[in-house]
Amino acid sequence: MDGLTVDRIHFAFTITFHYLFPQLTMGLSLLIVILKTIALRTGDPHYNEAARFWARIFGINFVVGVVTGIPMEFQFGTNWSAFSKATGGVIGQPLAMEGMFSFFLESTFLGALLFGERQLGPRLHWLSAFLVFLGSWISGFFIIATNAWMQHPVGYARNADGSFSLVSLWALLTNRWAVWEYLHNMTAAVVTGSTVMAAMGAFYLLTRQFENFGRTFVRLGVVLGLVASALMIFPTGDRQGYNVTLYQPVTLAAMEGLFEKERGAPLAIIGQPDVEARRLDNPIIVPNMLSFLTHRRWKAEVLGLLDFPQDQWPDNVALLYYSYHIMVGLGTIFVATFALAGLLMYLGRLYQTPLMLWALMLLAPFPYIATTAGWMTAELGRQPWLVYGLMRTAAGGSPRVSAGSGLFTLLGFTGLYAVLSVLFLFLIYLEVQRGPGATEHLSAGTVSTQAN
Amino acid sequence: MSSLWFAIVAVMFVIYAVLDGFDLGVGIVYLLAGRTDAERRTLLGSIGPVWDGNEVWLIAGGGTLFFAFPAAYASGFSGFYLPLMMVLWLLILRGTAVEFRNHIVSPVWTPFWDVVFAGASGLLALFFGAALGNVLRGVPIDVDGNFFLPLWTNFRPGPNPGILDWFTITIGITSVAVLAMHGALWATVRSAGNLQERARGLASWSWLATAILSVTLLLVVPLVLPHFGRRYAARPWGLVFPTLAVVSLVSIKISSRATRDSTAFLCSCAYIVFMLAAAAFGHYPYLLPAIGDSQVSLTIFDASTSSSGLSIALSWFIPGTILVLAYFIFAYRRLLSRTDTAAN
Repeated sequence: MDGLTVDRIHFAFTITFHYLFPQLTMGLSLLIVILKTIALRTGDPHYNEAARFWARIFGINFVVGVVTGIPMEFQFGTNWSAFSKATGGVIGQPLAMEGMFSFFLESTFLGALLFGERQLGPRLHWLSAFLVFLGSWISGFFIIATNAWMQHPVGYARNADGSFSLVSLWALLTNRWAVWEYLHNMTAAVVTGSTVMAAMGAFYLLTRQFENFGRTFVRLGVVLGLVASALMIFPTGDRQGYNVTLYQPVTLAAMEGLFEKERGAPLAIIGQPDVEARRLDNPIIVPNMLSFLTHRRWKAEVLGLLDFPQDQWPDNVALLYYSYHIMVGLGTIFVATFALAGLLMYLGRLYQTPLMLWALMLLAPFPYIATTAGWMTAELGRQPWLVYGLMRTAAGGSPRVSAGSGLFTLLGFTGLYAVLSVLFLFLIYLEVQRGPGATEHLSAGTVSTQAN
Repeated sequence: MSSLWFAIVAVMFVIYAVLDGFDLGVGIVYLLAGRTDAERRTLLGSIGPVWDGNEVWLIAGGGTLFFAFPAAYASGFSGFYLPLMMVLWLLILRGTAVEFRNHIVSPVWTPFWDVVFAGASGLLALFFGAALGNVLRGVPIDVDGNFFLPLWTNFRPGPNPGILDWFTITIGITSVAVLAMHGALWATVRSAGNLQERARGLASWSWLATAILSVTLLLVVPLVLPHFGRRYAARPWGLVFPTLAVVSLVSIKISSRATRDSTAFLCSCAYIVFMLAAAAFGHYPYLLPAIGDSQVSLTIFDASTSSSGLSIALSWFIPGTILVLAYFIFAYRRLLSRTDTAAN
C-alpha cells in the first residue's frame, strides 16, 4: 500500500468508528430532553426514570465518542500536514470554535446530567439535559461547516504560497452546502436515536420485561422516527442532492451510475456499474425520474460521467454508487417501517402486533449503516479533491510520514478500537439487562456512587 | 497580532497543564495513595466531574494552534507522528479507565482499570514533558518546513536528535514529579483521614524531587538552549518568571508545613504557571527552532495565518472564553463541592 492509501484508510477507519457514537448521542440528547420535558410538565416520575435509563446509555456512548474523537483533530496534522498547512487558517477556525462553544459546554453539563439530579433540582437538571443537547448539536454544526467548506469552499482568499486564509467567517458558517448538509445529518442522527429507542422498547415488550417503559420507548421512538425519517428525505435530502447537482455534477453522475448525457434521465433503483465498459448492468429504472428530481422537469438534461475529463471523476465510482444507493434504499425503508408502526399505533394495535415489534427491533443497526453509507457518499463523492476543485487529495498528505509509520498506527487503532467495541457492547448489554427503574445502580460513571 | 495569538496559545496550554495536570497527577499517585476501593473511589470522585472538561483545554489549544499557526501545527504534528499517536492511545485508555472502572464491581475488572489509569497518567505526564523538551530544543526542519523524528538516536540533543535524549527525558521526568506533587496536593485538599495523610506524604516526596529537578533544569537550560540565553540577555526583566517559579516552589513547602492545603495547591498552580511562562518567554518568537540551519526555524511570523484571519478569530474567541469561564465556575462550585459533601 502506498502512503496515500494508508492515510485515507487511516482517516476513514477512525472517523467511521468514531461517528457510530456521536450520531446516537446527538439524536438521543433530543429524546432525553423530550422525556425530561414531559416529566417536568406532568410530574410523572416514570418519564424521569426513562430519562435516567437513556442518560446511562448516553453516558457510555459519550465516553467512547470523546476518546475516539480526540484522534480526529490530531490526524489533520499528523497524516494530512500539507492539507493542514494550506487550509488551517480556514478550517482551523470552525474546529477551534467547536472546542470553545461545544466541548466545554458538553463536558460540564454532562456531569450535571449524570450526577447532579439530586443536587440541582428538577428545573436545573432539565436545563443540564438541554445544554448537553445544545452542546452536541453545536458540535455537529462546526464539524459540518468544516466539511462543507471542503465540499464547496466559500469565504476564503488564496495567499501567494497557495495556502488559504479566511476572509468571511459568516460566509463559511452560512455556506448553503453547510446548512442543508447539517439539517440532513442531524435528522439522520435523530433517526438513529429514535430507532435505537424504539428497538429497545420493542425488545422489552417482546421479552416481557419493563413493559411499561417498553411502551414509552416504542411510542416516542416511532413518532419521532417517523417525523425525522420523512424530513431526512424531504426537504433535507432533496436539497442536499440539489447542491450536488449544482456544484458537483460529476459526482451526481457517478452516484447515479449515469455515463452518457441524457434528456429525461432515468433513476436507477438497482444495477451494477461497469466502469470499464461505461455502462450500468442489470438496471431496474424509473424513466425520467432523475431529471425530475434534480431539475424539477421530466425532460431536463442530466450530464453523464463521460461529459467530464476522467481525471475529475471520483476515483471509486462503484463504491460511491453503492454507498449512495444503500443510503437511499435504507432511508425509504425507515419511512415505510415507521409509517406502518405509526398507523398501528394510531389504531391502538401496535403493542399487540409481534411482527411489527420484531421489525422495529431488527431495524436497530440499519440507521448506522445508512449514516455511514451517507458519509461515504459525501466523502467518496468529493474525490479526487480534498478541497473541491482547488486541492487534490493526493497533494494533502504528510511528506515525511512513511507508509510504514502510517500502517503501524492504523493497526494500533484497529486493535484498540476492537477492544473498545467489545467493552462497549458488554457495558451496553449490562445496562439493557439492568433496565430502567433500577435506582440503585453502579453504572452512571465515576462519581455516581459518591453522589448517591 | 501574531504575538497576541502566541500568548493566547501559550495561555491555553498553561491552563491545560494546571487543570489536567492535577487529574493526571492524581492518576500518578493513585495506586500509592489509594489503598482501598473506597479510597480509590474518593480519588476518582475528586476528578470525575471535571477531568473531561480539563482535557478539552488540550483540544481547544490544539485547535487554536491549528488555525493561528497552520504551518507550525502541520510541521509539528507530522514530525512528532509516533509519540503523538502514542499520546492519543494513552488518552483513549485513560479516559476509558476513569469512566468504565466503576461500572462493574469485580476483583478482575476494577484493579485492571486502576493499573491502566495510573500507568496511562504517568506515561502521559512523561510524554507531555518530553514533547515540551522537543519543542524547546528544536528539530531538524527541512527547506519545506517538515521533519520526522525517530523515537531515539544517540540520546544526545546534538545535530541528529531523537524524540528522547537526556534533555527531553529530564524534562519528562520533571513533568512526572511536578504533576505527581500537583495531584497529591489536590488529593490532600479533597480527602480526609488515612488517604489524606498518604497524599500529604506523597506530596512531600514529590516536592523534593521537583525541587531537585527544577534547579537542575534552571542550570542546564541556558547550556542546551542558546536562544533562551539570547532572549533573557536582551530582556532581563523576563527573569521575573523563573524567580517567581522558585518563590512559588518554596511557598508550596511553607504552606504544606502549616497544613494549609488549599494554599499549597494554589502555590503549586502558580509554580506550573511560572515555569511554563518562563519557557514561553524564553522561546518567543520561536514555535519550532530548527537544528542546524536556523534560517528554516518556524517563528510566529512565518507560521501564522493572515492577520485578517487572526482578527476574525478574536471576534468569537473573547465571548467564547467568557462562556468557558462561566462553565468552569459552575463545574467547580456546584458539581465538585456538592458531590464532595454528598460523599462525606
